[in-house]
Amino acid sequence: MATQHSRSAARLMMAPAVILLLGWMLVPLVMTLWFSFRRFLPNRPDIVPGWVGFDNYVRFVTSSAFWPSVQTTLIIVGGALLITIILGVLLALLLDQPMWGQGVVRILVIAPFFVMPTVSALVWKNIFMDPVNGLFAHLWRAFGAEPIVWLSDAPIFSIVLIVSWQWLPFATLILLTAIQSLDSEQLEASEMDGAPPLSRFFYIILPHLSRAITIVILIQTIFLLSVFAEIFVTTGGAFGTRTLTYLIFQRVLESQNVGLGSAGGVYAIILANIIAIFLMRIVGKNLDA
Amino acid sequence: MSRAVTTRRKTINTVLAWSVGILIFFPILWTILTSFKTEAQAINDPPLFLFFDWTLENYAVVQERSDYMRFLWNSVIIAGGSTLIGVMIAIPAAWSMAFVPSKRTKDILLWMLSTKMLPAVGVLYPIYLIFIELGLLDTRTGLVVVIMLINLPIIVWMLYTYFKEIPGEILEAARMDGASLREEIIYVLTPMAVPGIASTILLNFILAWNEAFWTLNLTAAQAAPLTAFIASYSSPEGLFYAKLSAASTMAIAPILIMGWFSQKQLVRGLTFGAVK
Repeated sequence: MATQHSRSAARLMMAPAVILLLGWMLVPLVMTLWFSFRRFLPNRPDIVPGWVGFDNYVRFVTSSAFWPSVQTTLIIVGGALLITIILGVLLALLLDQPMWGQGVVRILVIAPFFVMPTVSALVWKNIFMDPVNGLFAHLWRAFGAEPIVWLSDAPIFSIVLIVSWQWLPFATLILLTAIQSLDSEQLEASEMDGAPPLSRFFYIILPHLSRAITIVILIQTIFLLSVFAEIFVTTGGAFGTRTLTYLIFQRVLESQNVGLGSAGGVYAIILANIIAIFLMRIVGKNLDA
Repeated sequence: MSRAVTTRRKTINTVLAWSVGILIFFPILWTILTSFKTEAQAINDPPLFLFFDWTLENYAVVQERSDYMRFLWNSVIIAGGSTLIGVMIAIPAAWSMAFVPSKRTKDILLWMLSTKMLPAVGVLYPIYLIFIELGLLDTRTGLVVVIMLINLPIIVWMLYTYFKEIPGEILEAARMDGASLREEIIYVLTPMAVPGIASTILLNFILAWNEAFWTLNLTAAQAAPLTAFIASYSSPEGLFYAKLSAASTMAIAPILIMGWFSQKQLVRGLTFGAVK
């Protein structure tokens, strides 16, 4: 039984982590909120800083860059989710089958997850997607086709491709773990009852995976919303690849319009929190078990 | 009873899975191969797969021209430092939540997780400003602190799920024998938790190594780790594929190897114990 003594000791041992995280959360958050209500352009001494109320919030959403950036964000996040989940389920099913060299294949499949974002973005951009010397250009020419200028003709698709390549291992690995926890007797029973593979998939495997899929969607959404390096080193936000995250980055650091960027930051925080609430519910339920 | 698997079906599975595996791994494989080519061979049409003059020249050039070792060292310090400090702060916290749970433990754990969800870009300017004020911009110290903080929730969570699996009776027995709290943690808990702590360190080292938002925005020439060094190749001059590949290979090789060891813990760490 925990004594009074050990309780206070426990509280003391938790303190450093809690205090640090509290500071890490509150200090910048309060500052961002404060800036978001102010006119503040550190590089423009001629513009007097001052209180502007909700002006920044209104200007951020009414600027011509806002809706395109929301749209880009949705396409990149949605596209990458769709690709990684569908391919992830198929790949997890495949990897769960008996085969030779399963361990090696697993290693090959999860490798992209460990490649740092700047490396994968640059390798894709230059070695694969370059319209003159890229591998795709060689391939296209080999078939007598005109090479595609990937990053300016199909910029969003290109970024979705890069991001999906990075996140497919994550989805696959989690879904594979979930499939492996499936009771094989249940599958065998359905097989003996003559259920065809497709209905076995839809009535047994998919429902079993639904929780893992939800978790993958939520976690990936949080990471995909803040995709940054992949855009930074490929298009730099040009050709309509400016996501909400990138737009805020440009407002804050590139054009040093801190007030406006901070208002955008508050929107991003609210958006992330809405998704986080759902994720926490699932994780929280698991804590009781 | 295991299902009978025909050899034919197993063969089909093997061929299919290996094809997909190699396809997914191909960009990495190709980067590694290109790093051993000359610049002219790197852009040869048709592409050269294995039959080219293998050379180590690019590795020498990358080190010579860009002082690669310095960026590597920055990466090691930042990833290693942030992980170790994070683990030292997290062990006591995770211990107390796992073995002396209170009514609020669950709320605290979830709240910690929620700080991880805070989008970095939302607090970019405040951190930037604090860094300027404290003289931390472009220093390794600053990055160690920031990256430690962004990974602290994951470290606490991972350790918590591992500690949870250690039977509390053993700790009670140690306490009965007169072990102090400190002794209990150092001599009883830690040895039993070594595998869990090791995987926590491994996964968080990987995450810190690959972090590419704060490292890009808070460093310049001095403290830049490999993520930022590689990004400097985005505006190249002349032929550079082979050198880019050599630099990339060196940047990802240690992590690929570590990653393969940590693949089991990866699921648990990144889903906060929700999928095991």
